[in-house]
Amino acid sequence: MRRQLLYLVPAVIFGVIAGNFLWGLISGHDPRAIPSVMIDRPVPEFDLGPIDGMAGPGLKTADLSNGQVTLVNFFASWCVPCRAEHALLIELVKFDGVRLVGINYKNEAEEARAWLAELGNPYAAIGADTTGRAGIEWGVYGLPETFVIDKQGRIRYRHVGQLDTDALKRTLRPLLRELGK
Amino acid sequence: MIPELGHFALILALAVAIVQGVVPMIGAARGDAAWMSVGRSAAFLQLIFVATAFFALMYAYVTSDFTVANVAINSHSTQPMLYKVTSVWGNHEGSMVLWVLILAVFGAAVAGFGRNLPPPLRARVLSVQAWIAIGFLSFSLFTSNPFERVFPPPLDGRELNPLLQDPGLAFHPPMLYLGYVGFSIAFSFAIAALIEGRVDAAWARWVRPWTLAAWCFLTGGIALGSWWAYYELGWGGWWFWDPVENVSFMPWLMGTALLHSAIVVERRNALKAWTVLLAILTFSLSLIGTFIVRSGLLSSVHAFATDPERGLFILLLLGITIGGSLILFALRAPALQPGGLFAPISREGALVLNNLLLLVACATVFWGTLYPLFLEAVTGDKVSVGPPFYSRTFVPIMVPVIAAMALGPMLSWKRADLAGVLSRLKLALGAAVLAVLIAYYQQGGAILPILAMGLAAWLFTGAVTEWGGRVKLFRAPLSDSLHRARHLPRSAHGTALAHAGLAIAMAGMVAASNWKVEAVQILRPGEQVTLAGYVYRLDSVEQAQGPNYTMDRARLTVTTVEGEFVTLLGPEKRFYPVRATSTTEAAIHTTGMADLYAVIGDSDGQGGWTLRIFHEPMVPWIWAGVLIMILGGLISLSDRRLRVGAPQRRRVPAAADAPVRA
Repeated sequence: MRRQLLYLVPAVIFGVIAGNFLWGLISGHDPRAIPSVMIDRPVPEFDLGPIDGMAGPGLKTADLSNGQVTLVNFFASWCVPCRAEHALLIELVKFDGVRLVGINYKNEAEEARAWLAELGNPYAAIGADTTGRAGIEWGVYGLPETFVIDKQGRIRYRHVGQLDTDALKRTLRPLLRELGK
Repeated sequence: MIPELGHFALILALAVAIVQGVVPMIGAARGDAAWMSVGRSAAFLQLIFVATAFFALMYAYVTSDFTVANVAINSHSTQPMLYKVTSVWGNHEGSMVLWVLILAVFGAAVAGFGRNLPPPLRARVLSVQAWIAIGFLSFSLFTSNPFERVFPPPLDGRELNPLLQDPGLAFHPPMLYLGYVGFSIAFSFAIAALIEGRVDAAWARWVRPWTLAAWCFLTGGIALGSWWAYYELGWGGWWFWDPVENVSFMPWLMGTALLHSAIVVERRNALKAWTVLLAILTFSLSLIGTFIVRSGLLSSVHAFATDPERGLFILLLLGITIGGSLILFALRAPALQPGGLFAPISREGALVLNNLLLLVACATVFWGTLYPLFLEAVTGDKVSVGPPFYSRTFVPIMVPVIAAMALGPMLSWKRADLAGVLSRLKLALGAAVLAVLIAYYQQGGAILPILAMGLAAWLFTGAVTEWGGRVKLFRAPLSDSLHRARHLPRSAHGTALAHAGLAIAMAGMVAASNWKVEAVQILRPGEQVTLAGYVYRLDSVEQAQGPNYTMDRARLTVTTVEGEFVTLLGPEKRFYPVRATSTTEAAIHTTGMADLYAVIGDSDGQGGWTLRIFHEPMVPWIWAGVLIMILGGLISLSDRRLRVGAPQRRRVPAAADAPVRA
């Protein structure tokens, strides 16, 4: 019997390691923010219509260089971390008065509308990137991603993955304050 | 049209893999020859479909079809043709297709060469291969479809990452994958053996060549990656203990252990369960190597796109494959018949020692790579584990490995005479002392690297002595020695070469990591800098145009201190406008004993340029040593006894006895 248990050791060790991996994935930790080649460059050319069935003009390049600091958030209803960060975005708009616009990435209009209806819509404008073309222009790797655009319409910061209070406190808020001056 | 064809072929390959995963396995359990033979044709069919998908994707790249999202993101119309082709695997989705293609090639190779395998074993092996294929084909199809279209298509692509536009890196992923995936054969054989409940010498004779081939490829792949990092990143280093390097190094360590323990199974019918476990672990580490950089758990210089959903899929896949096979091991391995006994001082004993040490070495690398993740899970602190950790843990473990490596091949099976073997190593000891003295007079400084040079000399001389003993070098007339050498089993030549190659590479590694000197200076044309006995004079910096980049190219004249001309160096700094990225192209001149290495940095705006000059002692030895190791592996592989498909005795028509065991 003891000999049998010995053979179980590798499986148990693997279980512990796998558990750790699982934690690493679902805790949304960020091993190292991915720098973007887009940093300090003007917002790429894009022109998106609104989500089908929603009011508003959509979103295009010119909307991001109108003398306002803007947060651009790529999101989709199929993206689980997007759901998780949504509350933070609402908070940002409500308490910090940030101008937030969204790009709805590769999403069925109906699902996107239902998602926004359920969780609330903090976005001042939303462009529907049904083909993923704008995502390519922006160099988006995976959802969610959030970009900070300064008053001149240049990309100043890129956050890959889910936003959390830590990122908000340490980088996003100070940066928004500095750019807002 | 062609990309859709490729997508369709990939779906068909998945369907075939499902058939291949189920039918032969049931056939083997029921002893049904017709069902078992399905595995063979399915393996060929799968290769055809996956190859179709792969070449369809390559076609999209070669023709710059930017309606395919993958091409639009990773290629550009001005890219040279070579890099259009290599872009296929320079990204996550495409590299998955390459991975599956190589898996299919190996599967078809087992089907093709495996005529003389017992049919139930072959059927089971092919089924297990198909299970792996099912996992990765569905991963590719459901989360990383390389054939997705974009509409409207962009006018031009976003180009392959310029760092990857390099001949060294072009062939690094295929080599690495050939190594990783090659271990899948050993894995499939191990799982099949567990299901069958039987491991014997014939089994080991089958596993060894595949493992050896995979090992050769992996060695080459790692070396290519290291070589690329050396001249392309422009940091003057060749190994950074970066997570991505580590995850390719771990299967290498484990595979090396497997290679050696399989010898014991083949010759002495011992260490069976252990060898099976090593086969599982080696492939598990290969899987981790392929996927951990894609999962978003760790990131690094050359990490692929990270995406948490993909990460969960990967984790699920790894969990099923590794966890499942380890549980199977726990259930079935105790039933394996233990084999021959041996004294601690014996060839088997030395190989067990080698195995244990390599396992511990691998565990340290594993720990160092994943420790930051563990720590963050427990305390929330973020740390990064760097070279100091490895030089304090990994390096000391390798010392007994190297020391024992000179002894091991001289020990006889079952019980050996240690005193006799040690007396044969007098020459090696002398060489070690000599090397220490030379290193001390040449270099001085810290004592540990000097002793390490002695250890390298010990191993090299030990390997040569062992080979010399077999052919009676200098003890018999030369013609007799030559005759003996010709009739020596090729694997004996291979062992000696691989061990000697490691010694040479080790000397290079020790020297390069301890005695490197560098100078960083702003130079104007006409000014010069002296480093390690060489004078580097900056002649000029000019601008030039490449196919898809612009560059600043410096011209340096290198002379000795006495004024003797040595070489011209032309380091470049390239700017790729599409991705707005710069890369450095280091200029390297090798003297055989050292590399003269120059990198050009930024202009100071006043006519001066930052230049980094490195004097890299003995780096060429690393590459030479690795090549010799691979050569040793290849020569072993050509050994008659290991040759794939070499005739072997079959005791009973295996189809008859299989169901009883299973």
